[in-house]
Amino acid sequence: MLKIKNLTVKVSGKEVLTDINLDIRKGQRMALLGPNGSGKTSLLMAIMGFSDYRITRGDIIFNGKRINDLSIDERARSGIGVMFQRPPSIRGVKTRQMVQLIKRDGFDIDRDAEELKLKEFLDRDINLGFSGGELKRSELLQLVAGSPRLSLFDEPESGVDLENTVLVGRVMNRILDRDKDNAALIITHTGFIFDYVEPDEGCVLVGGRVHCMGDPKEILETIKKHGYGWCVTCEGERLKRKSRGKGG
Amino acid sequence: MRRGKTEKEIPRKRRVDIRSYRSQAGPRAYVEDPRELSPDQKKNMLSAGVDPSQKGRSGTYIQMDHDVVHANSLYPGLEVMSSTQALKQYEWLDNYFWKLVPVDTDEFTGQARIQPHHGYFLRALPGVKAAYPLQACLFINDDNIIQNVHNIIIAEEGSDLQVITGCATASDVRRGLHIGISEFFVRKGARLTFTMIHDWAEDVSVRPRTAALVEEGGTFLSNYICLKPVKDLQMYPKAELVGRGAVARYNSMLFAHPGSHLDAGSRVILKAEGSRAEVVARAVSAGGDIIARGHLKGEAKGIKAHLECRGLMVAAKGLIHAIPELEGTVEGVELSHEAAVGRIARDEIEYLMARGLSQGEAQAAIVRGFLDTSIMGLPDPLQKEVDKAITVCEKEMF
Repeated sequence: MLKIKNLTVKVSGKEVLTDINLDIRKGQRMALLGPNGSGKTSLLMAIMGFSDYRITRGDIIFNGKRINDLSIDERARSGIGVMFQRPPSIRGVKTRQMVQLIKRDGFDIDRDAEELKLKEFLDRDINLGFSGGELKRSELLQLVAGSPRLSLFDEPESGVDLENTVLVGRVMNRILDRDKDNAALIITHTGFIFDYVEPDEGCVLVGGRVHCMGDPKEILETIKKHGYGWCVTCEGERLKRKSRGKGG
Repeated sequence: MRRGKTEKEIPRKRRVDIRSYRSQAGPRAYVEDPRELSPDQKKNMLSAGVDPSQKGRSGTYIQMDHDVVHANSLYPGLEVMSSTQALKQYEWLDNYFWKLVPVDTDEFTGQARIQPHHGYFLRALPGVKAAYPLQACLFINDDNIIQNVHNIIIAEEGSDLQVITGCATASDVRRGLHIGISEFFVRKGARLTFTMIHDWAEDVSVRPRTAALVEEGGTFLSNYICLKPVKDLQMYPKAELVGRGAVARYNSMLFAHPGSHLDAGSRVILKAEGSRAEVVARAVSAGGDIIARGHLKGEAKGIKAHLECRGLMVAAKGLIHAIPELEGTVEGVELSHEAAVGRIARDEIEYLMARGLSQGEAQAAIVRGFLDTSIMGLPDPLQKEVDKAITVCEKEMF
């Protein structure tokens, strides 16, 4: 569904992502792990086409079509949706109005707002004065309304208490289960969300580069034991082994 | 009285030459029911917040060019008639004319004195509180005419009066001059909510001259909305708070299309102890010019007033010039202001685009949000009517 080939991205002239290769298949739930500042959010913003994230090399291909030159809204309308980590607040634009503007057929605003405990927020300015958990739920409500084919979740559990993490997980699953082909890229640096939304593949981003691909829970366990630094070494070792193998 | 720029100080290309407009118009026949007006007239009235069906209204005044075409109150204790008719009916009313707006203010007040064309007289008798607003429409139906009206509103002691005023033109009117003298009296403990929506044409010049007097414990809430193209508008309404605890609040929503020049301000003179005022302006330039003025003058102890102007530039050209003024003349006044002129934050536009809105749709949503009328504190039915009118206007904003 999403293929990222040799992607290098700069923000204000500084390289934040280097030679990224990633392949998310239809129906796949890919976890993207990495420490703070490793480039996880930058990758998400580059996929979506935000103007500060300039692609200097490489391609982003969505459903077989190169989308590097598409505008943000064209990417959104082609089926990519984002749950932002820190969405801006917009004075005067009400949450209800926003959801009405973007909703696809069959979306019931009152039912979904009720489930996400957002009914009383519908007539408030979007994201203005929302707590961490409220922001996440408001983002999810918009994602449910837009019903994307590929969902990009940026740290869905950060700043959310346990009870609400269960709720966030449930709604994430609902978005993904709506169609067997729906796919996701789930950014996390704690992995707490894996208790509710099970990823089937994981990769690690450190210093703007992908260092490891594999079973997400195994990767997480390794990181818990050895830290992210080990991932870099680990990949180094693997590459060394690979090159030794070729040489021998 | 302090004034805005006099006509002579205004650049020649925007200076209004009264003699270049026709002083004869009409005649326009009186209608018993505003629904009898032409579909085009009714449509244009609706976009200025005036509903010819009178649904949810306590009464209606409609003036077309120089003639009164309808005046009727539907609520006991509210009076609706032309100011000329009221002068005939009430001898005492003579003292109200030119009491707050000096006749020698400028050539426009002079013109309105020499050649008056009615205007509305709206009055709530003591203690009368109507749930629905009165509506008044000043309509220009003939091209290239001058319309000089003199309006009087009196909210008598303890009354609660809401007024929605719509100024509009017929669809084929291009050029015109509207001079409106308005004098509002808010008596002890009364409340006047005055909402004015302007829907003029591209080549119409507008010169309102408005002042209000608010007595002890009275509240004057004035809302002004101008979202459609207009050639040039110049106004600087003033409220004088003369009684203890009097309150005034001005809200303005201004949208300048390319070629429009809006010079609009609000001024409050706080003369009595414990009086309060707030002036809030939201200005959007889509290529036109906006001078957003504000002046608060504290002349008594324990007064509190705040001025706020926020401007948004949404086109490559245009001008927003915020001129806030604070003036204190005694100890113990509390006056403040904040002003900001900026552009729409890119992260806000891109956020909405990431939800699938085009750049234009995102920009429009943000501008509509910026001109959010819920900050006006309008009573529910009035809020609905204002929103309805704004929805009509917004279709032509982008």
